[in-house]
Amino acid sequence: MEQTKNELSWGIRVYLLEIVKGLAATISRMLGNLLDRRRIPTICYPEERRPISIRLRAKHRLLVRPDGKPRCVACMLCATACPAECIYIDAAEEPDKTIEKYPKQFRIDLLRCVYCGYCQEACPCDAIRMDTGIYEITGYDRSAFFIEREALLAGKPMPGVPDVPLPKTLPGLRIGER
Amino acid sequence: MNLSRLLDVEFLAMVAKVIVIPVVLMQAVPLMVWVERRGSAFIQDRLGPCRAQVLGFRFWGLLHLLADAVKVISKESIIPTRANRFYFLLAPILVVVTALMAYAVIPVADTVTWSDAKGRHEIAMSAAQVDGGIVYVFAIASLGVLGIMLAGWSSGSKYPLLGALRVASQMLSYEVSLGLSLVGALLIYGSLDPNEIVRSQGHLFLGVVPWWGILFQPIGFILFLVVGFAECNRTPFDLPEGESELVAGYHTEYSGMKFSLFYLGEYVAMMTFSSLLVTVYLGGWQVPWLPTQRLVALGGPLLAAGLQIGAFVAKVALFMWLFVWVRWTVPRFRYDQLMRLGWKVILPLSLANIAVTALVAPLLLR
Repeated sequence: MEQTKNELSWGIRVYLLEIVKGLAATISRMLGNLLDRRRIPTICYPEERRPISIRLRAKHRLLVRPDGKPRCVACMLCATACPAECIYIDAAEEPDKTIEKYPKQFRIDLLRCVYCGYCQEACPCDAIRMDTGIYEITGYDRSAFFIEREALLAGKPMPGVPDVPLPKTLPGLRIGER
Repeated sequence: MNLSRLLDVEFLAMVAKVIVIPVVLMQAVPLMVWVERRGSAFIQDRLGPCRAQVLGFRFWGLLHLLADAVKVISKESIIPTRANRFYFLLAPILVVVTALMAYAVIPVADTVTWSDAKGRHEIAMSAAQVDGGIVYVFAIASLGVLGIMLAGWSSGSKYPLLGALRVASQMLSYEVSLGLSLVGALLIYGSLDPNEIVRSQGHLFLGVVPWWGILFQPIGFILFLVVGFAECNRTPFDLPEGESELVAGYHTEYSGMKFSLFYLGEYVAMMTFSSLLVTVYLGGWQVPWLPTQRLVALGGPLLAAGLQIGAFVAKVALFMWLFVWVRWTVPRFRYDQLMRLGWKVILPLSLANIAVTALVAPLLLR
């Protein structure tokens, strides 16, 4: 096998010229950035934000029926699918016999949630979604990270999320609403 | 002592110089830190620190310096148990004091002269007038290295010690070339007095080009520049604080104000070196094409001094920027490369420079 020669040329070994070339590279970079700040990819976070996709899995919300009651029928499929076991549901009997159950309590522990989206995949009623676009979740103690049913129901989708018609599988819907 | 002497212009000017020059030097350090941070950021496609604000005004990140000062002063003073207390505290002081002292002989403008009823007044624009000023700078600058070595040794910790060892050998290797690379220029000037050196760079070559040292000592200039980077422990020769292998080198155990004294010392040493370089090779305070006599004739001694200080500061600022610029361009040398460059390249070249200058200069100067 032929030995590849790895000898540097005289010009490179003197090094000074190479330093000048390097200096030219850095100064052109710097002047370009000084003249046009938009070339710098830094996002000045609280004032500027990176645009997020409408498909981003963020903080959860519970969806409501046309009459304002939660769509959730407390079937426990989301709690079962959840790998982080962060969903706690306390079911109660619904007066409407076609619905059977409703969540008296619905709590998500955001400190445990891994934002995998399995809960919205599992839900047969399209009752839970992660489309609020809220990804800055902060608090001073752990209790701030338990979100309860009322807060979940008050959640709004982020701008740009298209409306989806009510699912046919949602129990308790009257004929006109389907 | 005659009390009326206290009101003499010369005496007051002396006091003013002794106070103003160190204060300006120390105030220039945070500014340099700002240039270093923001400059490096823009070189690397970042924004750099720019978020500290007062009433919504950010002043391009300058307020971070204020915040840093508050932080550094209010930090706990930590002295490791295994450190030698006395030398540990002495080291940063030594570094700063020597760096500031070395600046004393550098003239920032031509001697200001005027006459009034009391007679003729002369005010030299350097804190001290030493005939062998260049030798004085070298002597004091070498003392600063002692401070760094002391810091490394007295910390009682292995990484600072390794940093100190590196400083010692690096300084030994480069101190020799530092002096020798300047000898060529000094042979031509025939003087060690910085003010005299600058004055002899005042005339024009062929009536067009300012006859500055860089024109008749280009090799000496490049050698002195390279060696100066090594003497200031700046990249690419910052092995004593090579953070990738030595944590932070000689100042690993230092924190708070003691750490920032090293920082201060480093930047002041850079300024001293830049000023020396400008004095010897770039005409010092000379305003190009405008000698002192013409400036005085145009607008009086004060305007002349002001313009000369401006020219001097501009030239020094150029080299300060070069320090920053090179730091964010050239990667650090390996230790053996550093030694090879010092002993096998720079030392022979500076000796050759002296030999050639000594042979050619008498012919040219005749």
